[in-house]
Amino acid sequence: MTPKILLDDVHKSFGTRPVLQGISIEVAQSEVIAFIGSSGSGKSTLLRCVNLLESIDDGAIFLDGVDISAPGLNPDPVRQRIGMVFQSFNLFPHMTVLQNVSLAPHKVLGQSKKESESHARELIARLGLSDRADGYPDQLSGGQQQRVAIARSLAMNPEVMLLDEITSALDPELVGEVLDVVRELKSNGMTMLLATHEMGFAKEIADRVCFLHEGQILECSRPTEFFNNPAHQRTQQFLQRVTEAGRL
Amino acid sequence: MVPEMSDHSGTSSLSEDSSRRPLSRRQVFERRQKRRSLLIALASSLAVIGLLVVLIPLTPGWYKVKRSFFNGPILDETFPALLRAFVKDIQIFLWCAPCILVLGMLLAICRNVRSPLLFPLRLFAAAYTDIFRGIPVILTILLIGFGIPGLGMDRPWNSPYLWGSVALILAYSSYVSEVFRAGIESIHESQRAGARSLGLSTSQTLRHIIIPQAIRRVIPPLMNDFVSLQKDVALISLIGPIEILRQAGIDKSKYANFTPYVGAAIIFLLLTIPETRFVDHLMSRERRRTSGTAVR
Repeated sequence: MTPKILLDDVHKSFGTRPVLQGISIEVAQSEVIAFIGSSGSGKSTLLRCVNLLESIDDGAIFLDGVDISAPGLNPDPVRQRIGMVFQSFNLFPHMTVLQNVSLAPHKVLGQSKKESESHARELIARLGLSDRADGYPDQLSGGQQQRVAIARSLAMNPEVMLLDEITSALDPELVGEVLDVVRELKSNGMTMLLATHEMGFAKEIADRVCFLHEGQILECSRPTEFFNNPAHQRTQQFLQRVTEAGRL
Repeated sequence: MVPEMSDHSGTSSLSEDSSRRPLSRRQVFERRQKRRSLLIALASSLAVIGLLVVLIPLTPGWYKVKRSFFNGPILDETFPALLRAFVKDIQIFLWCAPCILVLGMLLAICRNVRSPLLFPLRLFAAAYTDIFRGIPVILTILLIGFGIPGLGMDRPWNSPYLWGSVALILAYSSYVSEVFRAGIESIHESQRAGARSLGLSTSQTLRHIIIPQAIRRVIPPLMNDFVSLQKDVALISLIGPIEILRQAGIDKSKYANFTPYVGAAIIFLLLTIPETRFVDHLMSRERRRTSGTAVR
């Protein structure tokens, strides 16, 4: 079976600084992969490359067997199929929650305004934000804002979700409400790639955990194996530090 | 992180509480502080104004200045004509302003296009802003106002109103396009990433995400430009139209007195001061509407 997403020897540099140095991974339909690693290891860049927000220098990225990293390819249709949620939410501050969620389905998918708004209201309700639909992002808590950002992505009915450290900017007591949404997505069979610092969550939700170091995947394994019996020395060191910091 | 707000206004309910509960140490301190600064401000203002009122009339030329600049009867006589002439200024302003906004925005967008096909447009926009920002408005008005009617076209194509307005539009659209461009560039890259990740195209992102936010952000500097436009309309008087400055000049010659100029200045202030206050009001309302908290 064709993998949902396939990265084949992906390289990416910013100027002379290499960020991704030969990333290869297969992601099956409905699989959830958690990327962990220290800051600067390339987690975010990797996700941004999959969403074509960054172009890659070498290698290829396939979605359902189609090369989406071909130079000159129009990225917009690809992005409609891949949702992305950012660490800092990136909500549109001049629009209400409802407008944030309904904009893209209306403008990109060509849904009528009414249709896109009624879908948006359903989604907003599903994420427990009905009473906030007509408020502005700045009037919401961080957790609520991030849930709106997830709703905004889901409104496009994506086949894959990329979650880029979506809880890193949140107060600890707000993390749970966002992770609940991710759990629900998993139970619905969403294919997801997440960059995260929440080790406990990665352990719970991921089918595979991958450790990134200096732009390379050092190891990828089932969570129990990854956390209990890491193969690579660097992974052991990283997990050691995380444990010492009380984050595992 | 922004705390969860139960009310959208975000204004404090301090004043309500204080009427019921006894004042806290901090409130007592702040009240005393407030009363004190009010008194000091009042006293120092009165002292300065008092000194000016006493000192200026003591200068040797004051009685002459008073007669030729602050002449009550002449002001009464010339004021209505000045007001009527000012209507012309307002008309010119009103048809120039929308043209300037549209042209300025188009220029700003042109300078942002990356498509190689549209490169000439980008080049043109850059040259345009360089040229008209670099020439004093008054020169642009003189060159266009006297130059183009010299081509010998028939009415109405030789009207100084028309070409004076065109000169203002050319000059001000270059200023305004720079304001818009700065606004567009000030929107954080993450907004673009957010929009593009949803599949919005470059132009959709510009139209629905970047420009609406840029416009909100540049309203204060934009209004600055429009207040100066309101004043610079008077420069058109140099190429003929009888608007307020010209009318004041005519009255000055007629009465051999400068009071009409003061009258004209008063009329300008009556319009420009409320304009700026109104914009301040709009801005603070917008801030209150979109953000939960207000930091003093």
